Amino acid sequence: MITIKKTRTSVPLKGIVEKISGVDLSVCLQCRKCTSGCPVGKLTKSGPSEIMRRLHLDAGNELLESDILWTCVSCETCSARCPMGIDVAAVMDALRKLALARGASKQQGNVPLFNKAFLKTVEVFGRTYEIAMIAAYKLGTGKLMNDTEKFPTMIKKGKISLLPPLAGDRKTVRRIFKKTKKSKGAEI
Amino acid sequence: MRYAYYPGCSAESTARDMHQSTLAVAGALGIEMIEPKGWTCCGATAGHQTDRILAASLPAANLVKIQDMGLDCVVNCAACYNRMKVANHEILSDPQIRKSVCDAIGRDYDGSVKVRHFIEVLLEDIGLDSITNSVKNPLRDLKVASYYGCLLVRPPKVVNFDDPENPTSLDKLVKAVGGESIDWPYKVECCGGGLSLSRTDVVVNLTDSILGMAQSAGADCVAVSCPMCQVNLDLRQQDIKKQTGRDYQIPIAYITQLLGLGLGISPDKLGFNKLMVPASNVLELVRCSASEGGKAEINSND
Repeated sequence: MITIKKTRTSVPLKGIVEKISGVDLSVCLQCRKCTSGCPVGKLTKSGPSEIMRRLHLDAGNELLESDILWTCVSCETCSARCPMGIDVAAVMDALRKLALARGASKQQGNVPLFNKAFLKTVEVFGRTYEIAMIAAYKLGTGKLMNDTEKFPTMIKKGKISLLPPLAGDRKTVRRIFKKTKKSKGAEI
Repeated sequence: MRYAYYPGCSAESTARDMHQSTLAVAGALGIEMIEPKGWTCCGATAGHQTDRILAASLPAANLVKIQDMGLDCVVNCAACYNRMKVANHEILSDPQIRKSVCDAIGRDYDGSVKVRHFIEVLLEDIGLDSITNSVKNPLRDLKVASYYGCLLVRPPKVVNFDDPENPTSLDKLVKAVGGESIDWPYKVECCGGGLSLSRTDVVVNLTDSILGMAQSAGADCVAVSCPMCQVNLDLRQQDIKKQTGRDYQIPIAYITQLLGLGLGISPDKLGFNKLMVPASNVLELVRCSASEGGKAEINSND
C-alpha cells in the first residue's frame, strides 16, 4: 500500500515532467507491472509505479528526494513492459534533470557526480578518458581507495588506457556542450 | 560487404577485447569495417540522465559523419547502439528536437542513417549457414549462457532487435559455431549498467543473482555483447566473493570472442588474455575439440 502524506513543497511537478519527458502521465493504470519488473525495486523505498502515482496526485519537489532516482539503472524494463506504453524511464530522466536543476538531489551513491565527471572528459577530449574521469570522480567522492586494487591488473591488460584519446572531433563535441548548456534551465 | 564501424570509447579501454574480436571475426567473414574519421562519444547513460538534447546530439554528430560515407552504421557496443538508435528515433519523431540537435551539431541531420548491431549484420547479411560453413574449431561441449542485458533489446519499439523478453540471436550464433546454448531465465535482466562506479552496491547485488542463475543453469561461460555487462559481470566477481563468499569463476566472453574461436582465430588475437576471470576452461574445451580433428557436424537449426 502506498501511504501518501500531504507534504507538497512546491507547485506540482506533473506539468513540467510531462513537458520534459513527452509522457502523458494520466494514462497510468497503476497495474504495477513496472515495479514488479524493476531490478532495483527491492532496494528502494519507492518503486516506479509509486512515483507515477505521486506525480499524478500533484507531488512537488519532495518527490525529487526519492531514493529511486539515483538507484534506477536505466534498464528500461518498466518502459518495455508498460501495457499503456508509458516511457517510465523517460519520466525518471526528467525527474533526475529536475533534481539536479533544483538542487534537490541527495546525490545518493554519487551518480550525479559520476555523470558530471564522465561528461566533462567527453567535453574536453571528445571521447571518454577513463583515468581522468575516475580521478575526478574519486576526488569528488573522497573514497579514493575503492576499486584501486583492480587497477594494476586492468592497466596491465590494457583495460584502462593511460593516454588520452586525441583522434575525436573535439570541436563539434565542444559546440554541442556549449549549445546544450545554453538552452538548459530555460524550461526549468 | 562494407560498413561504417563505430567502435565506441570503450573499444579503446575496457572493451579492447570486444573491438579486437569484432575486427577479427569481420575479417574472417569478409566484412569490411571502416571507422568514421574523428568519431566521438555517444554520451552513454550519463548523457541521457543529464539532458535530452545533449543525449541526441552526441550520437547525431557521429551519424552525420557516417551519412557522408554513404554506408550503414555498424556498432558492436550495445550501449552505443542503443544511444544511436534512440537519437535517430528522437530526431525523426520530434521536429523540435531535430531542430535543437542540428543547431547543436552545426549541421542538418534527418535521422536516416541505418544503425545496425554487428550481431544483426552476422545474422541478416552473412547468415548462420555461411558462419557454420566457416567453422574450423567447433565449440563442442561448451555450454554458453547468452546474456543480452538491457540495451540491445530495450526500448523494443525503438531498437526493434529480436524478441525483447526472450531473444535468441546470440543463442543462434553460439549454435552456429558448434556450442551448446543453454536455456536460462535471466537473458534480459539488468547488470547495473553504468552504475558500476557510482553504485557498486547495486551492481554487486544484480550481478550476483545473474551469475548465480548462470551457474545453476550449468553454464561454462556467459556470452555478452555489451562492454558494461562484460565489465560488471567479470570484474565484480571479486567483490561478490569478498562480500558473500560466493566464488563463481565464470568467464564472461564477448560473443565475437566465442565466434572467433569457432572460426579458428587464435585466442590472443581475440583478446582472451584481457578477461579478468580467465577463460581457461573455454580454451581447454576448444583445444580438445580441435585436437580431436576434423570438422564436427553442426546443426544450427535445433
